[in-house]
Amino acid sequence: MTIAGGHLLSLITFLPLAGALLVAAQNREAVGNARWIALWTTLLTFLVSLPLWWYFDKSTANFQFVEEARWLGPIKYKMGIDGISMLFVILTTFLMPLCILASWEAIEERVKEYMIAFLVLETLMIGVFCALDLVLFYLFFEAGLIPMFLIIGVWGGKRRVYASFKFFLYTLLGSVLMLLAMMAMYWHAGTTDIPTLMTAKFPKDMQWWLWLAFFASFAVKMPMWPVHTWLPDAHVEAPTAGSVILAAILLKMGGYGFLRFSVPMFPVASQELATFVFVLSIVAIIYTSLVALAQEDVKKLIAYSSVAHMGFVTMGIFTFNQQGLDGAIFQMLSHGLVSAALFLCVGVLYDRMHTREIDAYGGLVHRMPVYAFCFMVFTMANVGLPGTSGFIGEFLTLLAAFKANTWVAFLATTGVILSAAYALYLYRRVMFGELVKPSLKSIADMNWREIAVMAPLVFLTILFGIYPAPVLDVTAASVKKLVANYEAAIKAAQAMALQ
Amino acid sequence: MSLLQSYAPIWPELLIAVGAMALLMLGVVRPETEANARAIGWLAIAVLVVAGWLTATQPAPAQTLFEGAFIVDTFARFMKLLVLGGSAVALMLAFDDFADAKTMKFEYPVLVLLATAGMLMMISANDLIALYLGLELQSLALYVVAAFRRDSVRSSEAGLKYFVLGALSSGMLLYGASLIYGFTGSTGFATIATVAKGKAVADNIGLVIGLVFLLVGLAFKISAVPFHMWAPDVYEGAPTPVTAFFASAPKVAAMALLVRVTLGAFPGVAPQWQQVVTFMAIASMVLGAFAAIGQTNIKRLMAYSSIANVGFALVGLAAGSLEGTQGVLIYMAIYVVMTLGAFACILAMRRDGGPVEEIEELAGLARTNLPVAAALAALMFSLAGIPPLAGFWGKYFVFLAAVKASLWPLAVIGVLASVVGAYYYLRIVKIMFMDEARPAFLPVRPAVGVVIAVAGLFVVVFVAPFLVAPLVDAAEAAARSFRY
Repeated sequence: MTIAGGHLLSLITFLPLAGALLVAAQNREAVGNARWIALWTTLLTFLVSLPLWWYFDKSTANFQFVEEARWLGPIKYKMGIDGISMLFVILTTFLMPLCILASWEAIEERVKEYMIAFLVLETLMIGVFCALDLVLFYLFFEAGLIPMFLIIGVWGGKRRVYASFKFFLYTLLGSVLMLLAMMAMYWHAGTTDIPTLMTAKFPKDMQWWLWLAFFASFAVKMPMWPVHTWLPDAHVEAPTAGSVILAAILLKMGGYGFLRFSVPMFPVASQELATFVFVLSIVAIIYTSLVALAQEDVKKLIAYSSVAHMGFVTMGIFTFNQQGLDGAIFQMLSHGLVSAALFLCVGVLYDRMHTREIDAYGGLVHRMPVYAFCFMVFTMANVGLPGTSGFIGEFLTLLAAFKANTWVAFLATTGVILSAAYALYLYRRVMFGELVKPSLKSIADMNWREIAVMAPLVFLTILFGIYPAPVLDVTAASVKKLVANYEAAIKAAQAMALQ
Repeated sequence: MSLLQSYAPIWPELLIAVGAMALLMLGVVRPETEANARAIGWLAIAVLVVAGWLTATQPAPAQTLFEGAFIVDTFARFMKLLVLGGSAVALMLAFDDFADAKTMKFEYPVLVLLATAGMLMMISANDLIALYLGLELQSLALYVVAAFRRDSVRSSEAGLKYFVLGALSSGMLLYGASLIYGFTGSTGFATIATVAKGKAVADNIGLVIGLVFLLVGLAFKISAVPFHMWAPDVYEGAPTPVTAFFASAPKVAAMALLVRVTLGAFPGVAPQWQQVVTFMAIASMVLGAFAAIGQTNIKRLMAYSSIANVGFALVGLAAGSLEGTQGVLIYMAIYVVMTLGAFACILAMRRDGGPVEEIEELAGLARTNLPVAAALAALMFSLAGIPPLAGFWGKYFVFLAAVKASLWPLAVIGVLASVVGAYYYLRIVKIMFMDEARPAFLPVRPAVGVVIAVAGLFVVVFVAPFLVAPLVDAAEAAARSFRY
């Protein structure tokens, strides 16, 4: 591959950083400049990332667009993507311009710093999905905390300081243990190269410890019950675009980590701890759905629904079969679009009324028909209605869970019903009924900028619901290899145990 | 070979000692004005720079002088460059602040030079007597500069506290040294290393007691827990530029001495001192992290921060391996830059009424002076060990060594303590970025501004291969000065 001199991934990764430097060079009063530079940078990054899709070779599970450079002794600067990571890279570059647009008028203070934080965050998020070196991965993974801490803490709501500290310390606590595990892997295998480590075959006892250390990090990031409590706080307090990024991309790093590290590198431990993950997933699906039912704050409700949806992802991953992994990946992608869209929808209301209380609304359909349509599409996708992208992922993961363990599938399916309950209840209370609140009498429907943000999300949500093949085709080879390697490793371990 | 040439390994020390005396004479002869004091200060910096150049150009193979009592190897040269850099920058930070307080006297640069000469002696000491001479030359000069603002009660109190506790630690160190001499029959590290090995010696209670006393004496100097009590009071009481100096160069020199004593003189009884070092590392990291949480004075906070940092550096030493020593060296190099940068930011905290030291005074700095706030935030994230900033790499290499040596309790407690520590560094960022703005500080002085900018850029750009790779390679070469 010779696009961009073989440095396409680096270009995509560091283009936003260059944009951030350009924004930093602007005068503080030139607020418009900061906005436009950020928008053009993110749009350009999205355009530059599209060749990944066109030139991606779907027939191989090997890493593509690989770049390697000397950095620091055994630690290499190595980037590359396979079918799984490519989706997340494009999801990131796709959502960023929408986030910038969504912040256009919502952010009025310290616009320049805001745009810098977002652009830096984009570089770090893309880097996480491209990194093929343990240390490089950790670098991007952890560094993302800094801009996100500032985004929540500076531009957030009333309890922003509490939420930002909780977010930062929770995530850091999980990650430092992963760092120690990475060091142990380095001393055992003599390399930090991720493709090599996938074939390293760690001894069983070691796999357990490594798995647990990685789990500490990814479970917090995901987030899984019971370490999810930072998420509702962070979501509620973050500005709209911050919530979007948090839900759509940052949470996916946990799932991506399971797919990239836990399952391929520690297959034996993964198999033995799968039941443990199932239990946590089921609790997440049922318990957080019930919690979502009781919420008075729109954002909090969506946050809890995110935790429930991530439960389907972890459940799917730890079934270790094609449908489960396909479903988990699809669910992450779909959730990336749908939860992002739902938070953007909340943002539309918040910009007008400056409250997120469900009770403050009602009967909006009379004044905001276009908005009501968009919100309905995303609500249905959140419920998992067939014909929306939400259905595919949930259906595949449930199918896989049924193969693995009927009870798991049975219990998880109740989550689908509960999700319908809280999502439709929310929709009814916000949208339907008589428009009685005097403050809502003059509320305006979405303007062109907001429609421009929503339209692509509506389109993709429905497209992927009807025609999921493009996504599943891209991941097919990588998932197949993951499953094959996993099964081979388990067989080898069983043969060892028999001897 | 002339006498002067045969003394080539010790030229930097000689230059500084002679330079200090020449500047002392100059100061006495010239009228006592602020301008003259500043000129002498800049001359002192020039002396340090030339000494740095002499050190950097010394040949790589290890050389010894005075019957092996004085050694110059790659390790010594690495640490000396750090000390010289730290002293020069700390001196540069002092002029304006001292001038404000009308205490800009020519004695200060002279005392810093003498302290630096002592530190270089410590780093090259390869004999218990050379060790003690270097340590005392350094300490005596430091006692005086701690009390330099002699009309200030706090400064005098700091100097006195530092003196009393320092003298106590010197006494313990001497006691340990005498025991070691008694049980090994030598004061030279090379001879001690050949005698102190094997099971019989390791079980020799007299030698072990001597070793522990020696370590205790050195632990005082690096302010490792449980011998840290002086640090917060002295850091708070001493004039800020002096605190910046205390936190940088002397820490490096004392850490170098600790490495030299443990790995140079006692590699044969490593398990004996590793226990002590492991305990001090854990205690320092944990206490440094928890005790800093409640601090309201930023200099006290930095004192606890430096205690925690020493704990992290000791993690590398506890591993007792090549990687461990390399980690210590990388850690100290990054620590010096971060500390000087942080203290430069503290020196920028000036209002009309004079300098302020409460953390709350930083409120809203991001609105009134974004560059300083951004640099201090970068330094704080770096001290917290968040990648890709420089501080992360320091922690990365020491923990890498601990993991290799399978020191799991140490490694796990260490990283957890770093999470606790992250809280108080984040608090400073929060106060600067998220709180209501207070009135702006006075404009930043050029010398202070340069240090802030360089340190801030350093921690951010450090991850680039052209910075991190040479430092790591140099530290590895220096760590190879010892046998493991």
